[in-house]
Amino acid sequence: MSDRIIPITMPKWGLSMQEGKVNRWLVSAGDPIQTGTEVVEVESDKIAGVIEAAHGGLLQRQVVKEGDVLPVGALLGVITESEIAESEIETFVNDFQSRFVPGATEEDQPAVAPEIVTVDGRHISYLRRGETGDPILLIHGFGGDKNNWLFNHEALAATHTVYALDLPGHGNSDKNIDDPTFSGFTKVLLGFAAALKLKEFHLVGHSLGGAISLSAALESPDRVKSVTVISSVGLGEEIDAEYLRGFVAANSRKELKDLTRRLFANEELVTRRLVDDLLRFKRLDGVRSALEAILSFLLEGDRQRTVLSQDIKNLRMPIRAIWGEKDRIIPASHATAIGKDVHILPSAGHSVQMEAANEVNRLLRF
Amino acid sequence: MARKISFKQAINEAIAQEMGRDETVIAMGEDNVGGMGGDGEKDAWGGVLGVTKGLYGKYGDRIMDTPISESAFIGAAIGAAVCGLRPVAELMFVDFMGVCFDQIFNQAAKFRYMFGGKAVTPVVIRTMIGAGFRAAAQHSQCLYSLFTHIPGLKCVIPSSPYDAKGLLIQSIRDNDPVIFFEHKLLYGLESDVPEESYAIPFGEANVIREGDDVTIVAIGRMVHVAQQAADDLAKEGIQTEVIDPRTTSPLDVDTILDSVANTGRLVIVDESHPRCNVGTDIAALVGQKAFGDLKAPVTIVSAPHVPVPFSDSLEDLYIPSPARVKAVTKEVLEYSK
Repeated sequence: MSDRIIPITMPKWGLSMQEGKVNRWLVSAGDPIQTGTEVVEVESDKIAGVIEAAHGGLLQRQVVKEGDVLPVGALLGVITESEIAESEIETFVNDFQSRFVPGATEEDQPAVAPEIVTVDGRHISYLRRGETGDPILLIHGFGGDKNNWLFNHEALAATHTVYALDLPGHGNSDKNIDDPTFSGFTKVLLGFAAALKLKEFHLVGHSLGGAISLSAALESPDRVKSVTVISSVGLGEEIDAEYLRGFVAANSRKELKDLTRRLFANEELVTRRLVDDLLRFKRLDGVRSALEAILSFLLEGDRQRTVLSQDIKNLRMPIRAIWGEKDRIIPASHATAIGKDVHILPSAGHSVQMEAANEVNRLLRF
Repeated sequence: MARKISFKQAINEAIAQEMGRDETVIAMGEDNVGGMGGDGEKDAWGGVLGVTKGLYGKYGDRIMDTPISESAFIGAAIGAAVCGLRPVAELMFVDFMGVCFDQIFNQAAKFRYMFGGKAVTPVVIRTMIGAGFRAAAQHSQCLYSLFTHIPGLKCVIPSSPYDAKGLLIQSIRDNDPVIFFEHKLLYGLESDVPEESYAIPFGEANVIREGDDVTIVAIGRMVHVAQQAADDLAKEGIQTEVIDPRTTSPLDVDTILDSVANTGRLVIVDESHPRCNVGTDIAALVGQKAFGDLKAPVTIVSAPHVPVPFSDSLEDLYIPSPARVKAVTKEVLEYSK
């Protein structure tokens, strides 16, 4: 296999992804590209995302058509560093196709599966990826789960050991919550790190997870090496209380679909499966009362009850904020409470780590 | 965590979890325990197709064997429900339900209404429906329309293991009498089902797939037949919306009307006899409420108006097939005024 020919393959976003649909090509065959150029948009059963070029050069060939559905790992296109003979590309493609076995990569590698750890008598589900570097803990937001990091987890795992956990009341963790406050969740988060024997770690938190990360940094500054908050709770009073209450109350796909769309600038990203999974989560025994308990702490009237902006000024570790400019849940202006290291990404909404995953992954350097 | 289990296991798990959660839940039916004189699991037959197998080992006397006298034990279950228990009674085949119509239609269905809301009847009657089991005319019908007709009863017809578990848990927690129809050909079907308990609300249709060209509403096992037809139609570029009402009483009319407002074309697939069935009911509702949206006549694919044949080849012809659903759907698509 020539070093000068780089395949673009169907990514695996999240544990359940087995195939993806090629939505559209963003670069024409023969066009020059650079590292990071958005090349092709792909849709899994949950959400659509963009594949960026891992290497600069030329997009030599679009092997598949828009609308094609292909298994994870399948060849989508070919990048070369420079012009090369058509026959060489032909050989490369034929070679790839003859060797490619759908699902084979999964069987070759040890399966990545969620694990359970007991923290204060409560089961916490988490997914660990990566073997090297300082640990990073990914903390999702209100009503979310560890799959909210599906576009980020693997990218970060190239250089770090990355844990995505389900907060109590969420995902596959136990649903009972005795303390729905920032400090209650902080206790669980620090207990989780202790249970896994992580001495020092970076925290990356989305929305409610951002406030929990900041609260953990205040509680245990020696262990927290840095904090990245994404579209975070706790940095100002404004919040879309109607969304939060609606999310807790929603019982049908239709209601939930309309609400979930508010999380994204591009509403088309919300697929049936994403909404279905949320609905399935919300139906589990104990979830509704857990969400109601958190909400009663989060909100005072229609505003956020607890703002940490003053407290965090004393923190000494690096803190950065990433926000979607079009966040409809929590305004991007709250990011200024963090200080200098602030990144507002245009044309992204509240779930910016999903909607602008590649840009967020580039910012997540430790 | 979700893992793959069968429709039959999902039903068993729903009963087991509710019995664990609430000690007023009991289960009863013919051979639900056994009756052969052994003890515990060894003797637990678990009903005619083994759906309740293992429950006796877990919950002992809260699982009861009943005599082969449907009128007696369905009456007992309804009476126990009025007195504070939450019985889950298994009545082998819906075809045998006729002998307990008074208990169901005229007692259970009426108590809450006639006692001004002071009495509740939280009973669940589980029963098998459907053709394709080579069990002849008296063990193969889909009689849910009879029960849908009666105010005061709730009628649940799950089509997947996930729905079976969540709907049965909701049925057990519900304070009204619920008839829970299990298509026997679905028992082996597997899908992802969470280990935890969850309840699916009644009256909430499941939109199985979205499409703009035509709507298919399908009941119970026919959901899978409709999906196969929709897969075939997709190969010809036709986008079908498939709706599973999941409960026929209450019925989620809004989801059907919303879909028809978009597609203008409706096919209903109902395995039951064609006269006065759920299909005709939905067709009438759509005809009344969405006449202006329709671009073609509402069309129903049902079994013919005959008893379910015992002959294999005739029984196969009797059941609506994906090919028939596809052909009818294409006629509806090609219709012009």
